[in-house]
Amino acid sequence: MADDKSNADAYWKANIRLITGCLIVWALVSYGFAILLRPLLSGIPIGGTDLGFWFAQQGSILTFIGIIFFYAWKMNRLDKQYGLGE
Amino acid sequence: MSQFAINLLFVGASFALYIGIAIWSRAGSTKDFYIAGGGVHPVTNGMATAADWMSAASFISMAGLLASGGYANSTFLMGWTGGYVILAMLLAPYLRKFGKFTVPDFIGDRFYSNSARLVAVVCLVVASVTYVIGQMTGAGVAFSRFLEVPNTLGIWIAAAIVFLYAVFGGMKGITYTQVAQYIVLIIAYTIPAVFISLQLTNNPIPMFGMFSTHTESGVPLLQKLDDVVNALGFQDYTADVDNKLNMTLFTLSLMVGTAGLPHVIIRFFTVPRVADARWSAGWALVFIALLYVTAPAVGSMARLNLMTTIYPEMSGQVENYEEAASDPIRYEERPDWIRTWEDTGLIEFEDKNDDGRIQLYNDGNEDFADTEEERGWEGSELDVNNDILVLANPEIANLPGWVIGLIAAGGIAAALSTAAGLLLAISSAISHDLIRNMINPNITEKGEMLAARISMAGSILVATYLGLNPPGFAAQTVALAFGIAGASLFPALMMGIFSKRVNNKGAVAGMLAGLLATLLYIFTYLGWFFVPETNMLPNTPEHWMLGISPLSFGAVGAVINFTVAFLVSNATEEPPQEIQDLVESVRSPKGAGAATAH
Repeated sequence: MADDKSNADAYWKANIRLITGCLIVWALVSYGFAILLRPLLSGIPIGGTDLGFWFAQQGSILTFIGIIFFYAWKMNRLDKQYGLGE
Repeated sequence: MSQFAINLLFVGASFALYIGIAIWSRAGSTKDFYIAGGGVHPVTNGMATAADWMSAASFISMAGLLASGGYANSTFLMGWTGGYVILAMLLAPYLRKFGKFTVPDFIGDRFYSNSARLVAVVCLVVASVTYVIGQMTGAGVAFSRFLEVPNTLGIWIAAAIVFLYAVFGGMKGITYTQVAQYIVLIIAYTIPAVFISLQLTNNPIPMFGMFSTHTESGVPLLQKLDDVVNALGFQDYTADVDNKLNMTLFTLSLMVGTAGLPHVIIRFFTVPRVADARWSAGWALVFIALLYVTAPAVGSMARLNLMTTIYPEMSGQVENYEEAASDPIRYEERPDWIRTWEDTGLIEFEDKNDDGRIQLYNDGNEDFADTEEERGWEGSELDVNNDILVLANPEIANLPGWVIGLIAAGGIAAALSTAAGLLLAISSAISHDLIRNMINPNITEKGEMLAARISMAGSILVATYLGLNPPGFAAQTVALAFGIAGASLFPALMMGIFSKRVNNKGAVAGMLAGLLATLLYIFTYLGWFFVPETNMLPNTPEHWMLGISPLSFGAVGAVINFTVAFLVSNATEEPPQEIQDLVESVRSPKGAGAATAH
């Protein structure tokens, strides 16, 4: 039981670490690049406007898809690694 | 064949398809009714979730908002997609592991309290009904335009169709019907966009076309658009916004609202395994993104098309924008699509300076007043409703009649699919959570099904009635639904999974605090229950607290919810051991069976 418990705790810690990393990227592309940091990126031109605009209308959405698939792939590996899969 | 006959054919054929699927897959047991037997493939489920998610607001309204607001309205794009990241990582897999049917089920069990269950039912019903009202209104507008019937009749037709397949089909009917609806709506949205992108930029993919060179003028499309709108006193399409706090909070509100809306969460109960719930969220976002990356292209290109229709000299290579902008078209020479939409009253023209020409510009810009006087303009003369943009797009680009019929079918599919998904969430909350779990635990399966169908019919009637006399602007109503869901349900769900310390008292206090604070803030500016003239402060940025608009307040409500829940929980006892074990078990995918009733 004690081993099961510490195994489950380690799995959950690994999950939290992964979620934190993913949420940092999630916030960076949307609230960061697209909104708050847009003035800093204004020097990088892209198709008649700047990089921040691209992130606001296209880049953030594409990154979101990437984050979810990365998380799903990584978690399925963690499930197996900790023997907690279905 | 007349345009009316073509519209009728497309809308009729798509309906026959949806109803056929609903009859073919009629639900047999309670479990089938709610969650399609727990056996839906992640890709199928993702597609159905996308149809569920993309309502009249996404399909009909969003590109119009982008066209008029430009960069500032990117909030809708990021907010309505970014919520899926939260959903995939913070809620969906754990709720699937928990393995019950509904959102109040989880909240009631996790917080071991029927008060928590009841509060969750109330939040769910208020958020969902508010959302359905907007859909009914949207479907009504689309029906009345394309079937050429009065708006009221359009809404009743929509209600009858939703009633048929939601009530008789249940979730399984809805799942496969919604796959069909997704396909109809995505084709309807992309085809005109591809043609318009080809016309303007020679690039067949709208999301790339938007950032390419405008063929006629040789400058990048967005720069061209900035130049054009600037010459008419509007702010640049790509201009940055000053109030970044509000923009951030609005985006966050839409994101947590996405993750807290019950009709989306309920979707993740229908996949066979926990791993599938994770994949499913990813697939849902892929299918949603197909429309969402096209929408900004539709918005920017439609704005440019509209402007160059009115000011033809601005369309090519322009030496002097001042000069080109002073020469709009004559009202008599306006294109046919303007005439068609004038009939609906959604485009209005008033020749304020009696020169027989159409002036469309920003008459609220003080810096532009001198130019205005110089040109003898006496106010902007063309009033174009944002919501017609997507529907009018094929006409603006001179596309054949069948494309117009297709877009009619797509717009109606978007509104109906979301309404049906919401109705299912409402009916299961009432029949399952309220009646079975709280009022009459001995109810038979048959009785529960009957209660579900009656509550669906009841909600349709309420939503249709309110849709006939909408409490406000559709966008405001939808934003309220997001605010409520994000401020009440999302924090409770998340704390239920990520904290073992939050107890029944904390959760109830948190949900109530988040819900009431949000409602109070919104009603202060928009009127009590949206009744006009009952607002206590004018809804203008100067009066907003810290510049936070009522639409953005859901994010603040969520923070209040979290804070209150933690403070109250820490001041009271720990949750019992079995609840802590429940949280442990929800966190690990091991041993997840199919979703069960009890």
